[in-house]
Amino acid sequence: MSVYDTFNYPAVNPETACSMGLSVSEFRLAEKILGRTPNYVELGCISAMWSEHCSYKSSKLHLRKLPTKGENVVFGPGENAGVILADGDICLCFKIESHNHPSFIEPFHGAATGVGGILRDVFTMGARPIAAMNSLRFGELNNAKTVSIMRGVVSGIAHYGNCFGVPTVGGEAVFHESYAKNPLVNAFALGVVREKSIFTAAASGAGNPVIYIGSKTGRDGIHGATMASGEFGKSSIEKRPNTQIGDPFKEKLLLEACLELMQTDALVGIQDMGAAGLTSSAFEMAGRAGSGVVLELDKVPVRESGLTPYEIMLSESQERMLLVAKKGREAEVQAIVQKWDLDASIIGRVTDDGLVRLLWHGEETASVPAAPLSDAAPVYDRPYKKPEGFDTALPDIAVPKDLNSVFYRLIASPTIASKRWIYEQYDHMVLAATAVLPGGDAAVVKIPGSKKGVALSSDCIGRYCYLSPRKGGALAVAESARNAAAVGARPAALTNCLNYGNPEKPEIMYQLVEGIEGIAEAAIALNVPVVSGNVSLYNETEGEAIFPTPVISMVGLLNDAEKHITSYFKREGSTVIAIGDFPNRIDASHYLEFIHRTVKGEAPEVKLNFHKTLIDFMADAEDVLSAHDLSDGGLAVALFEMTIKNRIGLSAELIPSARADALLFGESPMMIIEAEGENTIARLEKFGLPYKIIGKTGGDTLTIKAGREIILNIEIEKAAVIYEKIITELMS
Amino acid sequence: MKAGIIRFPGSNCDADCFEAARDAGFEPAYLWHKDKTINVDLVILPGGFSYGDYLRCGAIARFSPIMEAVFEFAEKGGLVLGICNGFQILTEAGLLPGALMRNRGMRFICKFLNITVETNSTPFTRLYGIGEVLSIPIAHGEGNYFSDDITLNELKKNNQIVFRYHGENPNGSLDSIAGISNRRGNVLGLMPHPERASKLLLGSSDGFRLFKGLLG
Amino acid sequence: MKVFINVRLKDAVLDPQGAAVKDILTRAGYDFVKDVRQNKLFEIELNGETAPVQLSEIADKFLANPIIEEFKISR
Repeated sequence: MSVYDTFNYPAVNPETACSMGLSVSEFRLAEKILGRTPNYVELGCISAMWSEHCSYKSSKLHLRKLPTKGENVVFGPGENAGVILADGDICLCFKIESHNHPSFIEPFHGAATGVGGILRDVFTMGARPIAAMNSLRFGELNNAKTVSIMRGVVSGIAHYGNCFGVPTVGGEAVFHESYAKNPLVNAFALGVVREKSIFTAAASGAGNPVIYIGSKTGRDGIHGATMASGEFGKSSIEKRPNTQIGDPFKEKLLLEACLELMQTDALVGIQDMGAAGLTSSAFEMAGRAGSGVVLELDKVPVRESGLTPYEIMLSESQERMLLVAKKGREAEVQAIVQKWDLDASIIGRVTDDGLVRLLWHGEETASVPAAPLSDAAPVYDRPYKKPEGFDTALPDIAVPKDLNSVFYRLIASPTIASKRWIYEQYDHMVLAATAVLPGGDAAVVKIPGSKKGVALSSDCIGRYCYLSPRKGGALAVAESARNAAAVGARPAALTNCLNYGNPEKPEIMYQLVEGIEGIAEAAIALNVPVVSGNVSLYNETEGEAIFPTPVISMVGLLNDAEKHITSYFKREGSTVIAIGDFPNRIDASHYLEFIHRTVKGEAPEVKLNFHKTLIDFMADAEDVLSAHDLSDGGLAVALFEMTIKNRIGLSAELIPSARADALLFGESPMMIIEAEGENTIARLEKFGLPYKIIGKTGGDTLTIKAGREIILNIEIEKAAVIYEKIITELMS
Repeated sequence: MKAGIIRFPGSNCDADCFEAARDAGFEPAYLWHKDKTINVDLVILPGGFSYGDYLRCGAIARFSPIMEAVFEFAEKGGLVLGICNGFQILTEAGLLPGALMRNRGMRFICKFLNITVETNSTPFTRLYGIGEVLSIPIAHGEGNYFSDDITLNELKKNNQIVFRYHGENPNGSLDSIAGISNRRGNVLGLMPHPERASKLLLGSSDGFRLFKGLLG
Repeated sequence: MKVFINVRLKDAVLDPQGAAVKDILTRAGYDFVKDVRQNKLFEIELNGETAPVQLSEIADKFLANPIIEEFKISR
């Protein structure tokens, strides 16, 4: 009897393949590549590598449309994270990734391990993480279930990020029914690294040892990547044993050990064990180097007895890294690893036969060619079509009589209200470099070793993408760029997390394709390369898809971190200027969604040229006292948000160019700035930006007139209390 | 003067303290938790989650080899500053009285708030005025100071309450205590992070004088 | 051989976690619940026999903080 037979694996046939998430044709393709039927262990590896999560098989064809090159790009998509130049040889390394499915099943641990995974992606490249963000989507905050999911997700993120010691400086939280049974948890991390110190994940040099460090392997998360590639059914809760538990303390030790190891020249390559665990790290490391590896699976440190080769290959236990060291330098590696109270185990070596071979007590239990498995991974040109009979026409809606009371209701919408309850649970100041705290348009963190600052913002308005998928994608890029510009930064590059439903449905595929094309259009026009990203599909529960949600995380640069701009009025008597075209309709607005309970109409115009000029105008501007972007809630909410911090009010006068609720709450790409006066006006003229002086700061109310008629008159103190407290109240 | 910042496994404010001490004029160096000797003028136990804070905050770190040396150093009158997790370690180690418990509201809280200087007769606060209000951030889940009545009376009597929260008490701390010293005044523990309020870039430089004042 | 060391906050010390659990139960309608205290239970496997005084030492020195907590050893 062979070693393989002792494990009593099920027989392999098309049904076995389907149970692992492969299609019959994919199973046949695997047979073709191997020239034989794969055994159970091999099939497990193949199904994980070819899952949507790992292979991008539905989106790859369209992702190619994204601009990924630029003068500042060091590494684009394809590595663990993207890398751009920031200042001299100082680089920024960043990526966003989804952990939606695990977070629904087990909110605390799902979100925590999402943070852990993205941090590893960054420090695997040799970069020390200096900032994190999270984009969150939940159902409406009016029921115990959503409250408990959000409480779990937020404390999970806090637990991991705080202990690890990375400041969680920003992000977003949006609430809509479409996310009730499929919340989104997208985690972003950014690190800093010198260009010559960047590490990649390649297993080269035949004979070099393959070393395992970090937590021991358990049964957690087996087939997690496959789980993230299927729709939710009623039975999803039964998948609970799949969810992993994170250990941020262990990860902090791994970070320090890895960065110290990278400073020696004993290391050849390094890769974290993320989705699909040891399988993906082994195949990717061998695939990238065009080499092979042989792994002695019985030498992998395990947490419980009786783990089979199949389980060891597919476990998604957290906080584990795979290293390739130079032959003969093992003791040096071991010494550094032990200094950080971790253990290093040599579990294999690099070969030159192009195969990933798995041994169990010396006997081969699996052998799969590495490169062909990733190169020949299926790529689908899935059919897509515009949904028929999709009625987006705006119904007749009368202008409410009492717009003041509408305003007070609108700022109590959790999507608009202060997210203080969330971000105060995150340590957003550790590393003592956070110059602009959460709560503004973008966070600003000073880059270590440089005067420059990095601006970070995450954005996407799902209802725009639902009504107009292409514009929605472009608007997400435009808004995140505008947010970076609002703090005085120039957008430098972006990373995206494309959250969509089931791509096998042509209407969903249509949303995805249009969304990607919209992002590409805007990214090209604004000259912002896409350097990394993640696609999360099958975000559906019981057949109901989420709003298409391509989250854009923008990374911008300021020449001087100290000269950032914040979003609140600084003094009384200064001039307030609105830049851009005023909203003239209520289409697709949050006002329409939250007050009139309908999502209809057309998304706003994108206006890429306007954004381009606006970015030039705002970048490193020294004459702007404060700036804020117009988004959910329109001009009224944007102006109100500027008054809160210093309780400095405003009297504004607008041209009555549209119905009153459209003027106040309609949405259109705009930037509001507070300026001292003439000089700024002259610059606006020079840049040829459309602008209007709308009023002067002062007083303790926000008053907005359309012509001579007062259409809004708000007591700032009263409104601020609602805005600051509502989420805390809903959460208790 | 030399400042030594102890790195425990899980310390994460070590680099921030290093920088603040350097900016104030110290010659800073890291000390490793396995070191057995100390050769500096100021020892800083930085914030973080030493050993993951898995047993209780600071409970495992106090058994680190270097803590023996910290005892001796403090005994001889050496300056010891424990910030956040460092404060927790000092109370667990018995270098400061009392204990730090879970925040009353049960959540981790990170934000700027105001604290008052209650005494300027310690070397840490000599550049501040009594009653001066400082804007300094906190970031902790377990900063709820507790002691029995006898200890609290002792603290008051001996002028050992160095900082109190001003206005809002964020964590339920006894008598709004934010920081205390030992009787001699050479060991200070506080929950707020002065190193995060050490330059204008960070929105406040109120914490800088704490480091500056130690240079004598 | 296994021993159990239970660590709890002293009665005089407020237990916010226990209080929160109590609140949840009350709100869910279990109004027969009068109070909840959250304890920590350590399961310790021994190599053979150990003197009780050594176990007390573990508990007193490491597992519990005598300023706020008390412990009980059981087998």
